Amino acid sequence: MSCALSITQAVNPPRAVFLDYPLGHTAGKPNDKSNQRRIMIDAIRALESIQAPGTIATLNNQWASDHSWKDMVMRPRANTERKSQHEDDRVERYPDPQYQTEEDARLADPACPTCVFLDDSE
Amino acid sequence: MANTQPPIDYIERTRSQYAALRYEPYAWVHEPEPPPFTPIKKPLSDSRIALICSGGIYRQSQIAFHYKDDTSFRIIDTRAPKRELRVTHFAYDLTDARQDINVVYPAETLRDLEQLAVIGELAPRAYTFMGGIYSSRKVRSQLAPAIVDRLVKDEVDVAILVPV
Repeated sequence: MSCALSITQAVNPPRAVFLDYPLGHTAGKPNDKSNQRRIMIDAIRALESIQAPGTIATLNNQWASDHSWKDMVMRPRANTERKSQHEDDRVERYPDPQYQTEEDARLADPACPTCVFLDDSE
Repeated sequence: MANTQPPIDYIERTRSQYAALRYEPYAWVHEPEPPPFTPIKKPLSDSRIALICSGGIYRQSQIAFHYKDDTSFRIIDTRAPKRELRVTHFAYDLTDARQDINVVYPAETLRDLEQLAVIGELAPRAYTFMGGIYSSRKVRSQLAPAIVDRLVKDEVDVAILVPV
């Protein structure tokens, strides 16, 4: 499943469905079960019917009647104080675990039997 | 007829963003060769479906992901209650995923489809990872084979990858 068509085309997986929704909504709209089920059923039907390797089927769903959300994504903002300078407003790449809540950090099991860390040696 | 705009080209937007920030262009993975393809042998309604997600999902009591090329993965019981599931990632807006994790981790949706007999069974273990990994070599040589190995042991028929 994918919300990023050109990236999926480049990766070229065996089969894929493309959903034209914002990133972070690959499986549908929040708290909308009928939308989520429809998307998953369509993905499963595509899985069953795709014959040609590398096919990406496009789902019909539209995020909204207003498409302006597409204009706002990943556009560098010009910093008006410095000529030709743009802000890097991306999130910093923190090297330590980023918990959603402080409670999660307290409750994390250091042994974590269901966490698998792979050998990172080059 | 609704006024439509074409899909966002994230490769192009990243190129523009990096150029504006004066960074080196991002090295995307391109696979020109046709992908390996296994025909579906039996109906999905008879199949065990595994869920793999790259949106940074973890379960309370697990160690969370970090943001600096984290190649680790988590094993999550697909029957785990929603209230125990969390999401942490640097490359997408987490607001809706934190309201309803099904948008990036559709275990509940797949369980519903199991009840409706659209699929035979949702595999008991889902595999989740961070996804924001700049080394495609590490993904190819370490992370992906480790997950495939688990899927084979879990005797799944089909795996659905839900990236972000």
